[in-house]
Amino acid sequence: MMNKETRRILRRLSSNTSAILGFVLLIFFVIVAVFAPSIASPPPGRDPYIMPIVTWSSNPLPPSPEHPFGVAGKRDIFYGVIWGTRTAFRVGIIVTLISTVLGLLIGSVAGYFGRLWDEVLMRITDIFLAIPFLVAAMVLTTILGTGLDKVMIAMVAFSWMEPARLIRGNILQVKEEQFVLAAKALGVSDFSIILRHVLPNTIFPVLIQASMRMGSLVITAAALSFLGVGAPQGYADWGALLNYARNWMLGGQGEALKYWYMTVFPGLAMVLFVLAWNLVGDTLRDAFDPRLRL
Amino acid sequence: MEENNLLLQVQDLKVYFYTEEKEELRAVDGVSFCLKEGETIALVGESGCGKSVTSLAILRLIDSDGKIQGGKIILRGRDLLSLSEKEMREIRGRDVSMIFQEPSSALNPVYTIGDQIMEAIILHQKLSPPQARKAAEEVLRLVGIPEAHKRLDEYPHELSGGMKQRAMIAMALSCHPKVLIADEPTTSLDVTIQAQILELIEKLQRQLNMGVILITHDLGVVAGMAERVVIMYAGKVVEEGNRWDIFHNPSHPYTWGLLHSIPRLDVKQEKLAIIPGVVPDPLNFPSGCRFRNRCPLEDEMCLTEPKRFEIENQHYVYCHHYSQIEILKTRGFNQ
Repeated sequence: MMNKETRRILRRLSSNTSAILGFVLLIFFVIVAVFAPSIASPPPGRDPYIMPIVTWSSNPLPPSPEHPFGVAGKRDIFYGVIWGTRTAFRVGIIVTLISTVLGLLIGSVAGYFGRLWDEVLMRITDIFLAIPFLVAAMVLTTILGTGLDKVMIAMVAFSWMEPARLIRGNILQVKEEQFVLAAKALGVSDFSIILRHVLPNTIFPVLIQASMRMGSLVITAAALSFLGVGAPQGYADWGALLNYARNWMLGGQGEALKYWYMTVFPGLAMVLFVLAWNLVGDTLRDAFDPRLRL
Repeated sequence: MEENNLLLQVQDLKVYFYTEEKEELRAVDGVSFCLKEGETIALVGESGCGKSVTSLAILRLIDSDGKIQGGKIILRGRDLLSLSEKEMREIRGRDVSMIFQEPSSALNPVYTIGDQIMEAIILHQKLSPPQARKAAEEVLRLVGIPEAHKRLDEYPHELSGGMKQRAMIAMALSCHPKVLIADEPTTSLDVTIQAQILELIEKLQRQLNMGVILITHDLGVVAGMAERVVIMYAGKVVEEGNRWDIFHNPSHPYTWGLLHSIPRLDVKQEKLAIIPGVVPDPLNFPSGCRFRNRCPLEDEMCLTEPKRFEIENQHYVYCHHYSQIEILKTRGFNQ
């Protein structure tokens, strides 16, 4: 049976248009990702994440019944967009999850224990924040070598700072609350206090931020791919598709928009993906924050 | 004093805080008192006199800016200050429990009342969640919350102030502690609820034979509940005695001033006493007697720290001039 709480959350979600839009978009992407093999069937016996070569000409081909989104870099854009959804989810979820957990860990220790812990951990955070993210990620990928896993490592290494700072600030605020003292007075250990009393009161901004970051991380991954240090050649990735468009973006023969399909389809996928996560992030805050409860 | 039912002894407790400039702030400086089983003592004093710090020190919950710099806190023969943090955690909630001033902020908004009470029960009594739930329901009933079964699943914001304080008390009592520290338990409640909560604490104390340390600045509450009274001023005890002694024979000028600054219905009063001046800056307490610059009886003797004088059986005062307290009766504070 649904309890009062769940019903309240569902009620709140269903009365919010942007929430519905966000979830519909997200569900759409999930469906595309799950059914990728039937929407764009990969050639048998090959790695489905490598976009198959469909033509020998290196010139882009406009959309046609056979290739609905056109062809770029000898590869079918439609196939790339569909399978790229899987890549986007994989990169987004894994990087967000790991960096958020890492940030939570570092931020909680710094915020809760304070003093030296705080000083040391936050200075390390500052150092990481001082390094330009894209440059750092590029350098790290160059050192580690290309490949999606390397890209993810590089992104995790430079994206844990924001959640760490956010959670530290919130913890500093919450740990002065009397219920923390009350829990201590009942003999609850520091670890349980952080886990049970402090984090649940501070986690919402972090979750919202994580969901927003999910979108922007996918953009970053795409940027890395676009610059050629991300996914390997031919990998089904929205950024990699844009990489093929690099030389054609300015159009040609007096037609500025001649190769529009090379940028529009992967670009649209990215924009909608980011939008979906941002809307969902807002919704989550409204729905779950007990302090906004009436 | 019979040693056998002695529950808690605080001996010469010193808690100092340190500012960022490394200045020493002697918030509690040599406080001693003791608590017997089933007894209520009241720690009385104005804001900043160190009464709350004393109570937090008993649980060793002084935050990292402060330090317990000396003294002993003996609970049934065990010095709490010598225990490890882990042993101390077992004491908290099980042997010594605390209720707070603001019930609305002392309950975690994201958990139900039941969850919060069960936390302590599971922690200290090692019960399974269903058993703990039953125990939580029982303790809610004990503190007089109607429909206890339903309340278990309610969030703090769904309860009224008085109900929250009852839930708070339930949480503190869930493991049947021997000592209950009540830090201004009724300050944030309205008067009718205050009386109910105090009655409840009294009833539970008798039922569970707890020692209660009541921290308050409300002398009305003290008169109604406490058997012994410890008056604190600027981090020190100035007078200690049983209720009757304190109210009828106050012997420290500060106690005298406190008592005579309250309007009374039963005595015809021309004027209320006003203690001149303000509480001294804790970073810069006067040497010797800390009350001396506000005291009408001050002289050179007060430059040395007053010792403890026993006026009558178990009525102690820390003042060189306690024998001259009669002067105040004619002269008052207003010179």
